[in-house]
Amino acid sequence: MSPDFVIAAIMTVVGLTTPILLAALGELVVEKSGVLNLGVEGMMLIGAISGFAVTVFTFNPWLGVIGAAAGGALASLLFAVLVLGLNSNQVATGLALAIFGTGLSSLIGLSFTGRIVPVFGSIFPDALARHPYLKVIFGYSPIVYFALLMVPAVAWFLHRTRAGLILRAVGENDHSAHSIGYSVVKVRLAAILFGGAMAGIGGAYFSMVITPMWAERMTAGRGWIALALVVFAGWRTGRLLLGAYFFGILMALELYAKAAGFSFLPSPFWAAMPYLMTVVALTFISARESAGANAPACLGKPFLPST
Amino acid sequence: MSSSVPRLALTGITKRFPGVLANDQVSFSVGPGEIHALLGENGAGKSTLVKMIYGIMQPDAGTIRWNGEPVTIANPKAARKLGIGMVFQHFSLFEAMTVLENIALGMDATIPQRELEAKIREVMQHYGLKLEPRRIVSTLSVGERQRIEIVRALLLNPNLLIMDEPTSVLTPQEVDQLFVVLRKLAAEGCSILYISHKLHEIKALCENATILRGGKLVDTCDPRVETSRSMAEKMIGGNLKDIQRQPGAEFGKPRLEVSGLSVATTDHFGTSLKDISLTVRAGEIFGIAGVAGNGQNELLLALSGEVPTDSADAVRVDGVKVGRMAARDRRGSGLATVPEERNGHAAVPDFTLSDNAVLTARDRLGMVKGGLIDARAARTYAGEVIASFAVKATGPGAFAGSLSGGNLQKFIMGREILQKPTVLVVSQPTWGVDAGAAAAIHQALVDLAASGSAIVVISQDLDELLALCDTLAVINGGHLSPPMKVAEANIEDIGLLMGGIHGQTTAAEVAAAEGHIHAPQA
Amino acid sequence: MRLKLEKRPEPSTLMLFVTPVASVLLTMFIGMVVFDLLGINGFRAVIDIFLTPLLASYKWQDVAVKAAPLIIIALGLSVGNRAQVWNIGAEGQYIIGALCAAGVGIAAGTAGGPLVVLVMIVAGIIGGMAWAWIPAVLRTRYDVNEILTSLMLVYVAFQVLAYLVGGPWKDPNGRNFPATAPLQPSQELPILFPGSTVHLGVLIALILPFVFWLLMSRSVFGFQIRVVGSAPQAARYGGFDTKRTIILALLISGAMAGLAGALEFTGALGTINLGFPSNYGFTAIIVSFLGRLNPIGCLIAGIVLAVTYVGGQVAQTTVHIPNATAGIFQAMMLFFILASDILVRYRVRLVGSASSAQGVKA
Repeated sequence: MSPDFVIAAIMTVVGLTTPILLAALGELVVEKSGVLNLGVEGMMLIGAISGFAVTVFTFNPWLGVIGAAAGGALASLLFAVLVLGLNSNQVATGLALAIFGTGLSSLIGLSFTGRIVPVFGSIFPDALARHPYLKVIFGYSPIVYFALLMVPAVAWFLHRTRAGLILRAVGENDHSAHSIGYSVVKVRLAAILFGGAMAGIGGAYFSMVITPMWAERMTAGRGWIALALVVFAGWRTGRLLLGAYFFGILMALELYAKAAGFSFLPSPFWAAMPYLMTVVALTFISARESAGANAPACLGKPFLPST
Repeated sequence: MSSSVPRLALTGITKRFPGVLANDQVSFSVGPGEIHALLGENGAGKSTLVKMIYGIMQPDAGTIRWNGEPVTIANPKAARKLGIGMVFQHFSLFEAMTVLENIALGMDATIPQRELEAKIREVMQHYGLKLEPRRIVSTLSVGERQRIEIVRALLLNPNLLIMDEPTSVLTPQEVDQLFVVLRKLAAEGCSILYISHKLHEIKALCENATILRGGKLVDTCDPRVETSRSMAEKMIGGNLKDIQRQPGAEFGKPRLEVSGLSVATTDHFGTSLKDISLTVRAGEIFGIAGVAGNGQNELLLALSGEVPTDSADAVRVDGVKVGRMAARDRRGSGLATVPEERNGHAAVPDFTLSDNAVLTARDRLGMVKGGLIDARAARTYAGEVIASFAVKATGPGAFAGSLSGGNLQKFIMGREILQKPTVLVVSQPTWGVDAGAAAAIHQALVDLAASGSAIVVISQDLDELLALCDTLAVINGGHLSPPMKVAEANIEDIGLLMGGIHGQTTAAEVAAAEGHIHAPQA
Repeated sequence: MRLKLEKRPEPSTLMLFVTPVASVLLTMFIGMVVFDLLGINGFRAVIDIFLTPLLASYKWQDVAVKAAPLIIIALGLSVGNRAQVWNIGAEGQYIIGALCAAGVGIAAGTAGGPLVVLVMIVAGIIGGMAWAWIPAVLRTRYDVNEILTSLMLVYVAFQVLAYLVGGPWKDPNGRNFPATAPLQPSQELPILFPGSTVHLGVLIALILPFVFWLLMSRSVFGFQIRVVGSAPQAARYGGFDTKRTIILALLISGAMAGLAGALEFTGALGTINLGFPSNYGFTAIIVSFLGRLNPIGCLIAGIVLAVTYVGGQVAQTTVHIPNATAGIFQAMMLFFILASDILVRYRVRLVGSASSAQGVKA
């Protein structure tokens, strides 16, 4: 294997990891507040198309990313209204969001099929970003660095700030938080919107960086992998980063199977690999005794203040 | 009293919920440094009233005056700002977090961790409270958890501290320690509103008592000059009924034999049962006392068969080894159980009473024919239970969730008792139940025993056990003490056993034993 | 003035029936408005999507054939959902069911007839069950979330399909197109009305709801499913094995999805290619909710959703709206039904004074 091949492979892995890392970080915060939003796939797709559309109109990928975050947050607002406002079943509502996001993004996407958008310039000088070796560190889209920065940022927020403490408290025991005087609904709303925005940016990475163009269902189930990743990581940010790279490598296998001499198995096998390994990984993690120890105690339960 | 202006004065407080008037024109006042009791049975409206004082709810009508000034207390934050602190009956704690984090959540200002820790140590030293700020709450005993709530309230230098049923989870010794703290606080000028239905405690602690019944204020009195009986009668609004039982009854043959029962818990906050043995004879009522979270739930599950035991020998009913049988088969052999939690365990709130009868009576009473449920038989049986236990419900078609706690408990007890079990194990039979229903349940248990069944009553309410049982044992950390005759039992000794024989449990034992006490839903 | 929610002492039966109908009507109305805003003739689009398939008799057979798999899958999913078991991988079980049926057909070679067809369908049922058995065992033995595993297995199932139709099962006469050889007539499901496309599977989809209704509302098994879903602790207390119930619920939903896949293959399509999965497994989730998890409700809701499928195609040619539109309508119905759930358990009251409403504020 030549150095060029290794560098290309590493860059592919980083690229594939970024969207699931973003979406999973968002979902981690949502779940820490006690809400299970299964609609990540739908929010990613809506983020992907809104980011793409904004970029088409403004020729500015930075505005595109903001558009993607707004699109994802707007989609999550729908979920929030149902789940927080009307106390609907979180699982079913999340599924509905996933189905809705898929349909809506396809509909909006019709007028954007075949369009291309300006891509991000590098934030580093070309000498670094295009250097044959150093590009493995400097040669990525700004979204990649944003995602990596968000890992310590989320960890810091959850464990070092008062707002993070309150968010965890709401996820741990909503009734206690309510009786002390915190607004469970407001905290959860904020968390859900953050999760939506992060999923939106994650989705935009597909339509604005990886391809960059719009295709129906282009996130190909990555939203679901992001959900699995949160469980896999045991609701911890550090492990989330490791897990994201583990899945990134698995996904890269499909692309590199032939080149790396893995053609002894047919390509559908490698395509199925990330999904199959998700099942295996979830099994290993869930089977351990301490599996649920860090899970928010109120995860997925509707909050009804007793009056 | 140092001042003539009361610290807190309520006038005409009214609060209505769908279908109930929770508080009807309630007026009373608490002076500075006064320890004031708010007395009433379950459902009398005490909790609603204090929730309005603490800003969790708003009154529909009436005025709250604070140091003479009318105030609107919009939320708990506003209450704390006025200087009102509250210690909840069902603790508002976060299990997976540290003591320090829990206290920080109760503060309205952001205080640096180190500074907060120093303040906590200062308050603890002043009032003689012991707590380790870095411990995770789930590893603490109930008493220690309550101390977190108290410290949290004291850090705000309250002028009024509301204590909602603080002693229901404590050992007699812990109750004494708590009273020392409360008296010291009152001496320093802090008013205390003490909610309880335990009359001897109120007599020992309070100088004034407001008695509520059915949401209305019925009397204000000085508990030091009243008798427990007179206050109890004001509370329930009638004559107190004593349990009718035949004196000097002889016990028959052993019906329930538990020997060397050990069950490892599967829950990380649970308590493992360690080598539990007990024998209950026909006609005997066997009480199991203990502080919540010491293995009571696990014991009930192990006896009901919801958690099967490894050895068939460990549990015998009328000599038949049922230790390895599942719940359904144990019921077939005559062992019925009633768990502590009514909603979602003993009964399905979303089901009708008729369907709830099917839940446990389908096999014993032949409600299943060819895999299909005989709906008529279920309705008939549910109707029978409703009639003979005076359950207030619209009929067998009423949803279990629509019944009040006391009525649902009567239905559940009736459902099991009318199946004529040879052994009945009940946990917290009168928890959150009004006095009338509690008396009916107690009488039903006594009558069932008189008819020759063996009965085990697991309860945290020592008074209930002393009144009801023939024999008593204490569960602590998954161990069961040797049985003692109630007639010869000494309350001090029982208290020591509840606190873990040597008075203080070791940290490791506490860590292993505690933790599982989620605030139960009232 | 503000709205206040009051818990009803008992769930409202009226609302249980009214809300699904209202959800469909509301979806139609919103659709009309939105399309008009988008510059499309909204009235025409809604008429075409929701009514034309019912009014034009030549569309009835399309509706029936599309409704059959939706109803059958939704029946199984409803059993699971009642037990609070979330199988969202019916699409995968549907694929595997069809593949198993195809495998039997290929193995049978030129042999055909009712017995072979029956074996193919049974193989489909077993295949679907086997695929659902994986999340079932993982959930009950290792406590793995069945929502994620069942869904992941959809992607795996699709790759299995891609491998088989692109490799070992590829039609040698198919111009290198990844698809199985067309089913021979003797292995096809009988057609009910000669000259139509209405196959035996449609009849099965009409009968099964009544079987499920008896099972769910009268039998101990149905009781068991409902208790486990509503109060698992009470189920254990009542002497039901919750793990076994969860496994059974997942196996039943897998079996139904597998059956639907086998029927679709042997009755409607006759070949399997990369386009075989057509989202029935996901749409059936909407059917089961719109049908309020009630078997007869699933029958009606299955027809409604099938109408939107067929109507979506009609509207594609008449008002030139994309096929994805039907999907949005379907998701919208699901949103409305979930949003209106609260009306079953709560009563909405208009409250005059602001102070009395504070109590319900979160």
